[in-house]
Amino acid sequence: MGAGHAHKLYRHGHSPVHALPPHCKLAAVFCFVVVVVSTPREAVWAFGLYAVLIGAVAYVARIPAGFLLKRLLIEVPFVAFAVLLPFVAQGERVEVAGLSLSVSGLWGAWNVLAKGTLGVAASVLLASTTELRELLLGLQRLKLPPLLVQIMSFMIRYGDVITDELRRMRIARESRGFEARGVRHWGVLAKTAGALFIRSYERGERVHLAMVSRGYAGSMPVIDEVTASRAQWSYALTLPACALLVCLLGWIL
Amino acid sequence: MHVPDGFINAPVSVAAGVVAAGAVAVSLKGARRELDERTAPLAGLVAAFIFAVQMLNFPVAAGTSGHLLGGALAAILVGPFTGVLCISVVLLLQGVLFADGGLTALGVNITVMGVVTAVVAYALFRGLLTVLPKKRRSVTVASFVAALVSVPASAAAFVLVYAVGGTTDVPLGTVFTAMVGVHTLIGLGEAAITAATVGAVIAVRPDLVHGARGLATPLKLRVGGELVDAQPAVIEGPVRSPRKVWIGGLVASLILAGFVSFYASASPDGLEKVAADKGFDKGAEGKEHATADSPLADYGVKDVDNARLSGGLAGVIGVGATVLVGTGVFVVVRKRRTSSETAASADTRTPEAV
Repeated sequence: MGAGHAHKLYRHGHSPVHALPPHCKLAAVFCFVVVVVSTPREAVWAFGLYAVLIGAVAYVARIPAGFLLKRLLIEVPFVAFAVLLPFVAQGERVEVAGLSLSVSGLWGAWNVLAKGTLGVAASVLLASTTELRELLLGLQRLKLPPLLVQIMSFMIRYGDVITDELRRMRIARESRGFEARGVRHWGVLAKTAGALFIRSYERGERVHLAMVSRGYAGSMPVIDEVTASRAQWSYALTLPACALLVCLLGWIL
Repeated sequence: MHVPDGFINAPVSVAAGVVAAGAVAVSLKGARRELDERTAPLAGLVAAFIFAVQMLNFPVAAGTSGHLLGGALAAILVGPFTGVLCISVVLLLQGVLFADGGLTALGVNITVMGVVTAVVAYALFRGLLTVLPKKRRSVTVASFVAALVSVPASAAAFVLVYAVGGTTDVPLGTVFTAMVGVHTLIGLGEAAITAATVGAVIAVRPDLVHGARGLATPLKLRVGGELVDAQPAVIEGPVRSPRKVWIGGLVASLILAGFVSFYASASPDGLEKVAADKGFDKGAEGKEHATADSPLADYGVKDVDNARLSGGLAGVIGVGATVLVGTGVFVVVRKRRTSSETAASADTRTPEAV
């Protein structure tokens, strides 16, 4: 598809990672995250190795570090929560710079931060090397119910349309001098949401009629069947395999 | 806030994933019943609506603002099955695309934020509608209460998941108070916005509000200058036998009791812990609980050594006993009620007969 159709999370490129079939990438990312989550938190070095692995994939995929780090910012609200953990957790306490912190709370915060960050980084890499439509095809190949995949594809296809509708309503409100300042203005905003629901629902009905008139009978035709060769599978699964090795080492040592 | 990776341990994440997959499968089926072959476009568009409406900021005061979570709203507007489905799709895409919420925590997120919110909100909403007078205002009031309760309920569900599979031993009482307290405040905002939104939709297209379908005024025909009630179109739905629901509930509770308690933490529950800490179980030590000698004491089956296996067995036996006692009570109450009803109707009939 052309540039206008790509979502802003996707970064166009021709790297080996971009070229992999989407379902291989999905499976690899999922296995990687599962392995990371089941690593014991005391094996601090293991998480360093995972970060190196992620960095290597980002290098192969030619994703700049700045891009990756900027997308990691989504984690921020939850980092704030992790910072609180050492103060509220129970167990023995240590003095760090005059503050009394719980040891298990510190471990917990580390655990959540490390695993959460690695999970987000893996997801970001997936989203920035795979087009949306490919991602959906991949989910379908991974035997997700076709109806669910259709619903997702409609959501993605019309997500921007509906968001734009919301934006136009905001512009219309503002051009009439409306400015939401507090609870008193919730009524107007709620009417916006109500109107948006009615418009979305009616658009859904029109879309359905348009589809029926073009011969839709409950399932979408698959026009570009993606298949993966054994080599592509083994290439994609290198990442979780390396991670599994690190994880096993983490349990043994 | 979405639960990230590493927050809930692996077995509980898997269990929550199984629950979420089951819920999505059930709601796929249910949505097909609610929307038939229009499911894909309509559910997709409603999901897009929820995604967009979460970006609508509601200013609270002094520069802070909140946004709608949408679980209760979706369940009331499009029905519980489609509602759960739409929220799950939004969460799935947020997890895969925007890295919002961990991939392994997807099951937890869908269960806590989608299933619990929508189911609690819809059950409460329908319950209130049967009690309240059949007016438009009742729908608004019911959606207010439903949304208000659904948010802390979801927070409480999260605390439950956290209690079973949390990775940090934060005192549960603190987590519960903080989570439910904060979310009651959030719930107030959510409730006000949900009620106003439902009110706005019902003012324009009352037929679109799934939860208020019984309120539609019957069509009138003008026949020869007089208004006559039109024959309502007869919609024949499949009659659902209560037996199916009953068996489903039984199987679910057996699985929960037998299988999930397998993974439950072996540490004593909060009350027992507080009792042990504060030392007020000392007096009870001498005279143990009256049933402490019973074969199910402390949720384990005697003579079964494996602690987990015996816990699971005890759970299954407990569910069986509860079902038996409950069914017995139900049968007795129903018998009494029907007999008193027939007696009452016999009473009222006598003056007519005379």
